[in-house]
Amino acid sequence: MKIVQDEASIERTIQRIAHEILERNPDGKGRLVLIGIQTRGVVLAKRLQKAVMEISSDEVPLGVLDINLYRDDLTKSLEQPVIRKTEISIDLDEKIVVLVDDVLYTGRTIRAALDALTDFGRPKRIELAVLIDRGHRELPIRPDFVGKNIPTQEDELVHVRFRESDGREEVSVEPREEGR
Amino acid sequence: MAHSATVSGEPVAKTSKVKWTRKDLLSLEDLSKEEIELVLQTADSLKEVSTREVKKVPALRGKTIANLFFEPSTRTRTSFELAAKRLSADIVNFSSQGSSTSKGESLRDTAKNIEAMQVDTIVMRHSSSGSAEYLARSIRAGVINAGDGIHEHPTQGLLDIFTIRERKKTLKDLRVCLVGDILHSRVARSNIWGLNKLGAKITVCGPPTLIPHDVERLGVEVSYDLDQAIRDQDVLNILRIQLERQKGAFFPSIREYAAEYGVTSERLKKAKPDVIIMHPGPVNRGVELAAEVADGNQSVILEQVTNGVAVRMAALFLTTMVERKSS
Repeated sequence: MKIVQDEASIERTIQRIAHEILERNPDGKGRLVLIGIQTRGVVLAKRLQKAVMEISSDEVPLGVLDINLYRDDLTKSLEQPVIRKTEISIDLDEKIVVLVDDVLYTGRTIRAALDALTDFGRPKRIELAVLIDRGHRELPIRPDFVGKNIPTQEDELVHVRFRESDGREEVSVEPREEGR
Repeated sequence: MAHSATVSGEPVAKTSKVKWTRKDLLSLEDLSKEEIELVLQTADSLKEVSTREVKKVPALRGKTIANLFFEPSTRTRTSFELAAKRLSADIVNFSSQGSSTSKGESLRDTAKNIEAMQVDTIVMRHSSSGSAEYLARSIRAGVINAGDGIHEHPTQGLLDIFTIRERKKTLKDLRVCLVGDILHSRVARSNIWGLNKLGAKITVCGPPTLIPHDVERLGVEVSYDLDQAIRDQDVLNILRIQLERQKGAFFPSIREYAAEYGVTSERLKKAKPDVIIMHPGPVNRGVELAAEVADGNQSVILEQVTNGVAVRMAALFLTTMVERKSS
């Protein structure tokens, strides 16, 4: 197992992304919405929300999205996903939505998220923030804000752990376990 | 939960210990506590879909569901129909009136014919107890029991439990009283199995003629005196007097039943102030339930209806996603 980010560097990265989100969106006052993808994306989005609000002293609402009902492999995957809650109480029409996830890999999760967001309104634009981009895209999707690019092999796994959800905080790259 | 870090490139991290593997939902007797909790959790997440402006998710796109109702039903059939549509499944309705069953076709043949049209899941209501299980064994398609005789009505049991949990947060040691016709009630049986597994304390209350012999063996207390039983309950689930199912005389008159076992606002004064009033519908107003109680602020009858769609979405989703074995 290789640790590629520790607690301090994750926190620094979140602060940097928060600044970048505000710089990239000078027209974002009152229109910026963060939406975290279940489950680690939600933890990251909450952190980003706090950071963005501290820097801008502006209210930035947070939404939670579970993409499992929109997956393209739903009927093909052998294991059924557990459906978690989606909570988007804000009308997304004309908003600037920043989708937040922990790891960007094939892009299929983001494709599903974009489909889901369409059902909640018509945002002015949608941007993507991720902590880790590990490559191997299978769809034409690119992030707008990246914490760290980590080149990986397809047979490796990237684990993101947060204090809130996992009791410790780090990003690691591990070989895929035998038998998978 | 602590071990379930995100594994990117793997299916989403799981917190639930149990995996759903059933193509059918036939009874709550069959289900484990964990399976019941998985359905409730899934329903809790799916409830949000019906509050959206676009009330639809693509989860069951391309799947076909058939409603096969051999008994009259509006509420349950419509609830399943909306549930299927909100998951983007296609749904067709078969009813026994004017169908080939009235021409003498057997249940198995009817179902085989429906299955031959590549239907994934059949939702069936039938007057014979055990018919759902028989059907599930006969065909490859999934079967959801929407009421089989006096046996079970699992989605009603699940939506009752869902509603109680939403209101009371936990079922552990909660006191639930089922009032009325326990003998003919598949709703009562599903409630008893499900509530027991989740740790509630159940009382059944009704006239002796409508309480099944040996019902204590299911783990319930029996009372024949509603004024007594009502006192310490957190939930009153009032069952419909099923005049259509009663072939003999189980009580002297409707009026006498209403006087002894009808839940009126007068009687409700003896209950805990935060007791909730449930009823699976349709209500015989003035018989088992007084109109002012049915419409009162302790009534959660319409919440049951709302939650019914979410629970049926969960049932359809979980069963239809299970791979069918090739015949």
